[in-house]
Amino acid sequence: MSIRERLSGNEAIAYAMRQINPDVFAAFPITPSTEIPQYFAQYVADGKVDTEYVTVESEHSSMSTCMGAAAAGARAVTATSSCGLALMYEMLYVAASARLPITLACVNRTLTGPININNDHSDSMGARDAGWIQLYAENNQEAYDNYLQAMRISETPDVRLPIMVCQDGFITSHAVENILLEEDAAVKSFVGEYRPEHALIGRDHPLAVGPYDTCPYCMEHKVQQAEAMKNAKRAILDVAADFEKTFGRKYGFFEEYRMEDAEVALVLIGSTAGTAKACIEQLRARGVKAGLIKIRVFRPFPMEEVAQALSRVKAVAVMDKSEGNSAAGGPLFAEVRSACYDLDRRPKMIDVVYGLAGRDCAVEDIERVYRHLLKIAETGETGPRYIHMGQRSNQEEVL
Amino acid sequence: MSFSAKDIHEQSPWQEMTPGGEIYEGGTARLTLTGEWRSNVPVWEPDKCKQCLLCAPFCPDSSIPVTDGKRLAFDLDHCKGCGICWKVCPFHAIHMEQEVRS
Repeated sequence: MSIRERLSGNEAIAYAMRQINPDVFAAFPITPSTEIPQYFAQYVADGKVDTEYVTVESEHSSMSTCMGAAAAGARAVTATSSCGLALMYEMLYVAASARLPITLACVNRTLTGPININNDHSDSMGARDAGWIQLYAENNQEAYDNYLQAMRISETPDVRLPIMVCQDGFITSHAVENILLEEDAAVKSFVGEYRPEHALIGRDHPLAVGPYDTCPYCMEHKVQQAEAMKNAKRAILDVAADFEKTFGRKYGFFEEYRMEDAEVALVLIGSTAGTAKACIEQLRARGVKAGLIKIRVFRPFPMEEVAQALSRVKAVAVMDKSEGNSAAGGPLFAEVRSACYDLDRRPKMIDVVYGLAGRDCAVEDIERVYRHLLKIAETGETGPRYIHMGQRSNQEEVL
Repeated sequence: MSFSAKDIHEQSPWQEMTPGGEIYEGGTARLTLTGEWRSNVPVWEPDKCKQCLLCAPFCPDSSIPVTDGKRLAFDLDHCKGCGICWKVCPFHAIHMEQEVRS
């Protein structure tokens, strides 16, 4: 039976960690993820877990600790945000290429600079090519549920890739909302134990992890990694199906909200989905056929599925909560527009970069985007493809 | 899937290699003759050698086998020709020559 509670996103992640009782937690604080190691430290002090809680001197070391632990055969976790994730950059790639399943709770915060502690997705988007699976949550419930599914995906034998469980800093991580928690025994049984085929400790056979890879071999190992990311698509759906059977909540690569007959649609990630859904209900009451695709899985990117979901829409706005600095749009736009290239009838598509460094995005802002899409759908003129929303300006902006 | 190091070579397809290049056994350096990188080769002159054994621990690889307290002829399989043995020999019992391969 599920337990009705009210928790912040950070509390929900720490609670899931306690239930899973990982072997190693490598802890270094950074806003807004600090509460996760903080709450977990209390569990350690209270004897609620028997996790080896390693307080390290930097995020470079926390990821290194996780790698050593995972190579030893342990289930290793950490949490970070923003510059902390950036400091792990080198190690993120090593963890993925050494095929070490590590679970990282990423509480999304803008990547400095200028220095700022508020939410956008520039930290984890910067790590999008590192070889990590990335799950994103709309709210505390999804953060909790994604965390319960993460290890099974990551540890799947033909996947063996580290995984980031992302939630929006402060908006999700610090806001207390109602949540359904699952019982400890049910969680333990769902997540199971980590039993890798090879490990540095406790085995009769020796193992070398991460040896120097010369030119005749290295590309083959990178192809293996790319194949593992493709395999992750199947693993994500398998674990989601078992999660739904066990706990009753349904997950996939993305959520389609009122897409059945949508003529205009947004594609976005994270907590803004709640705002967009409220806006959609208002618009639908006035006869506007608005819909939403909320991306849950950004790596691996569900190319064919996203294209299929957008195949009947007239105009789409991809909402990027990070600036790609490509002079051509953000990272989500690049993926979604690429996904739609193979469609026979492509929707008109624009990129709206919004919410940078915690800039608020209200229902009225989302409505402006839908109104703009309606105009595009009606005139057939896409206009500027790459626009920003929410910034002050002394000239007339598109949105 | 477990593959043994001796079965993985420069013609192995990616499907027949270990994930991330993991190695599941010890002593696999024996399978790779790094001595092929060498352009200079050390030459031992046994008549000048006093068997002081200073060369053996200085060798960064495993190219100077020692048995019963005496060094033997160079094992060149992994010798890169670095010349450290020549440098440390107090009796000029080692000199370096240009590597010649037929």
